[in-house]
Amino acid sequence: MPYIPNTDADRQQMLASLGLTRLTDLYREVPASVLDPAIALPEPLSESEIMAEMRRLSEKNCDAAHYATFLGAGSYNHFSPAAVYRIMSRGEFYTAYTPYQPELAQGTLQWTYEWQTLICELTGMDVANAGMWDASTAMAEAAIMATNITKRKTVVVGSGVHPHYREVLATYAPPHGVTVQTVKATADLDNLGSDVACVILQQPNFVGTINDLSTMAAKIHAAGALFILVFDAISLGLLKAPGELDVDIAIGEGQSLGAPQQFGGPYSGMMAVKEKYTRSLPGRLAGMTKDTRDGKRGFVLTLQTREQHIRREKATSNICTNSALIALANTAYLALMGKYGLRRVAEICYNRSHYLAGQITQLPGFTLKNEGPFFKEFVVETPIPPAELNHRLLEHKIIGGLDVSDLLPNGWLLCVTEMNSRQQLDGLVSALRAITGAAEGQGNGR
Amino acid sequence: MSVLDKVVKNVTEAVDHAVHPQHGSHPHPVDPRAGAVEPLLFELSDPGRIGVSLPDDDVPVAPLPAAHLLREHLDLPELSEIDVMRHFVRLSQMNYSIDSGFYPLGSCTMKYNPKVHEDVAILPGFAMINPMQPAETVQGALEVMWGLQEALTQITGMDSITLQPAAGAHGEFTGILIIRAYLHSLGQDQRDTILVPDSAHGTNPATTTAAGFKMITLKSDAQGNVDLEQLSANLNERTVGIMLTVPSTLGLFEPNILEISARVHRAGGQVYGDGANLNALVGHIRPGDLGIDVMHINLHKTFTTPHGGGGPGAGPVAMKAHLAPFRPGPVIERYEADGAVGFRPVMPEQSIGRVKAFLGNFGMFDRAYTYIRHLGLRGLRRVSENAILNANYIRGQLAGTYWLPYDRINMHEVILSSKNLKRDYGIKTLDVAKRLIDYGFHPPTVYFPLIVEEALMIEPTETESKQTLDDFCAAMKAIAQEARENPDLLNHAPHTTKFGRLDEVTAAREPNLRWRPAAPKS
Repeated sequence: MPYIPNTDADRQQMLASLGLTRLTDLYREVPASVLDPAIALPEPLSESEIMAEMRRLSEKNCDAAHYATFLGAGSYNHFSPAAVYRIMSRGEFYTAYTPYQPELAQGTLQWTYEWQTLICELTGMDVANAGMWDASTAMAEAAIMATNITKRKTVVVGSGVHPHYREVLATYAPPHGVTVQTVKATADLDNLGSDVACVILQQPNFVGTINDLSTMAAKIHAAGALFILVFDAISLGLLKAPGELDVDIAIGEGQSLGAPQQFGGPYSGMMAVKEKYTRSLPGRLAGMTKDTRDGKRGFVLTLQTREQHIRREKATSNICTNSALIALANTAYLALMGKYGLRRVAEICYNRSHYLAGQITQLPGFTLKNEGPFFKEFVVETPIPPAELNHRLLEHKIIGGLDVSDLLPNGWLLCVTEMNSRQQLDGLVSALRAITGAAEGQGNGR
Repeated sequence: MSVLDKVVKNVTEAVDHAVHPQHGSHPHPVDPRAGAVEPLLFELSDPGRIGVSLPDDDVPVAPLPAAHLLREHLDLPELSEIDVMRHFVRLSQMNYSIDSGFYPLGSCTMKYNPKVHEDVAILPGFAMINPMQPAETVQGALEVMWGLQEALTQITGMDSITLQPAAGAHGEFTGILIIRAYLHSLGQDQRDTILVPDSAHGTNPATTTAAGFKMITLKSDAQGNVDLEQLSANLNERTVGIMLTVPSTLGLFEPNILEISARVHRAGGQVYGDGANLNALVGHIRPGDLGIDVMHINLHKTFTTPHGGGGPGAGPVAMKAHLAPFRPGPVIERYEADGAVGFRPVMPEQSIGRVKAFLGNFGMFDRAYTYIRHLGLRGLRRVSENAILNANYIRGQLAGTYWLPYDRINMHEVILSSKNLKRDYGIKTLDVAKRLIDYGFHPPTVYFPLIVEEALMIEPTETESKQTLDDFCAAMKAIAQEARENPDLLNHAPHTTKFGRLDEVTAAREPNLRWRPAAPKS
């Protein structure tokens, strides 16, 4: 077996050194009744056979390398420079663990400090932690954090927040004795109750709409609550940063920043706060310090007295391992994109999505439903059910938008990124024309 | 001074320092660009540099939203691709990793990460699919998830599973919420107390609190086992259950496990199994046969998905049938229609709800599934046997040199202690750990479990050879000898690394958590 170097001779010597003769002697404290039951697993394969089998399974999926995709909804087909994968696939990074021994982990610790700084720059916030599992769990942790800070027990969440994120919040809240209220329009925020710990909004919202949030913080703070904003990382190349909106806790999904979509995870959660909430942050923090040997700059994990391994049952979060490797990809991505690149990606997404929206709404029966400006996603009402549309688009090698008929009748949520060329956009429009034209023809014949 | 001269000087100084350790630091100003430390991305930045090529506009430029919705500044660094690549390569060279050497970090199962897994994970059919795609377009991915569900249920001896949790701690939280929902369905909301042995990992008590329960700590007896009398004394109508790590964090198999789970069940409680140490059991012992009702599995430990420098992981939760209706979803179901087999995501009927967006960390599922299919049962059995043999071999080699708190056969890891070195020579476990670095090894987990004074928690895993273990044990013995003959050498270790011990006190007292540009000089 390739991953076990010891030979039979080694094993015999090792057993003999312990005064044992066979491997089964190692199990003598285990009740015989539970030892070696039948376990049904497929027969082992060689490396070339397992690779072929996994390739076969992968080829049963419709992927963004072989299809034009217009699906987003929280997972995005953005461009990732080749250097990002080369960096994250270095064994020195991906086969290391949490930097418990800083002398042996300055690489991880320094890029973590860089990530924290980059997230602060991106969000306009004061402090960022070393990352969370993903945006959905980060948002739930942020809500719990707000209830701990304010000693209040109600969390208000806008209906424009990603439905999965709201479902995760609904799972996390009850054991903490926290109640979740969902509000439809931003106008509902004028009369916040005295038990409201925080208000959670998403910008752009789930259907891509950019809301004017300039007076939101004042309203929320007047009620003594915290403002939590879920942001789209790429949109921050153009849109006002959470810090400029006086947000208290900013939450974002890192997948857009150089990480593969890989069917929903692993992703990385960004969490950034105002300085006064630093010690309430869950998760890990890297800090700059000095080498005691010669005074040179170095990095360590710090403020660990907040964390579960020290505080145990008094900890406010149980998070331990986060999603470091994805955060590394985000760090490398932001370094490569820089000031120019991120803005440019945001502009391309904005321009191309508006072009597509303009073209689609010229087709009979397609209407744009966003209430206000949008960024890279928009929702249209379609003349035939979106599920049927999506199915028929597959013949054109196109993955269509998300069927959001539960939010709005025949609602179809489309996403356009810098990966969708004009050729793809025009291709979608002609495919739609062909599909709906045929549908109309059938209708007239009845 | 040339770079080579600098390296020679650094090495000479390091060796000199190791041989003649001096008290106090000898400060010499360090220029961050001089190669002594790697500059930060922000220090490398040069206005106007660009690190990517992006497409030109091929559609008309759309009018931007109102100016008050837009940002004015975005101060990201400006670098070219070569700047970025060299920066991260240099940072990577400042890391220790499994690919570079022995990493016996107890309770973390730092085994070799097979390279074929990385090739599988980047196949476009796995890496470039959106979790919101219709099921008909992702049948291969759903089949991988279903196959992994089946394999893990077999390996753990459970009836049902959810793959959704993102990490071990997330799995614990999920498992306890499932128990909470189950007890609620029985109308037993008065149950509010979880028993946790004092040897448990910190996530267990933190999870208990996060799930809204109180915790009672159970003391371990002199052999490291759960004290049965104390257990019974704490079981009552308020008991939610017990959280047990199997084998325990002391690296020991609990010989009374069947009796413990029977007593908890008789009191109406549930047994939660912390699967962090599943590497000791895989293929030979199924937690489901030990009376465990629900457990999490760390795919990044037993099933060798990469640790990533601190994640991502994945923490599937497997359970007995009575808990299955409450598991978070969606989970993957296999069905047959018109003679064809298909796979679809479904939400269990009384589900506690989602614990994470989408379906789970699929990028860990495809790797873990590859590992299980590659090894099969035969291979997995050899994994646990060799993991246990390696850990016992270390115990045998080092028992006379370091204090052995539990002198019995251990499982996949062994707990030693530097208590004897501390008593005789004032040498702490931290000093031993730091000195191991000079010998080229990553130190074991230290000061955990909390109940063992000056603990060294050593988990070699099955992927290490006897030769590596012999080298490690020789280093441990040499360090014990140094503790006697030249304790000062240990107090100041490591000596051979680019970085010595870092000032953690100042880091916590005056936190510097982000870089800021120096204020312009007026």
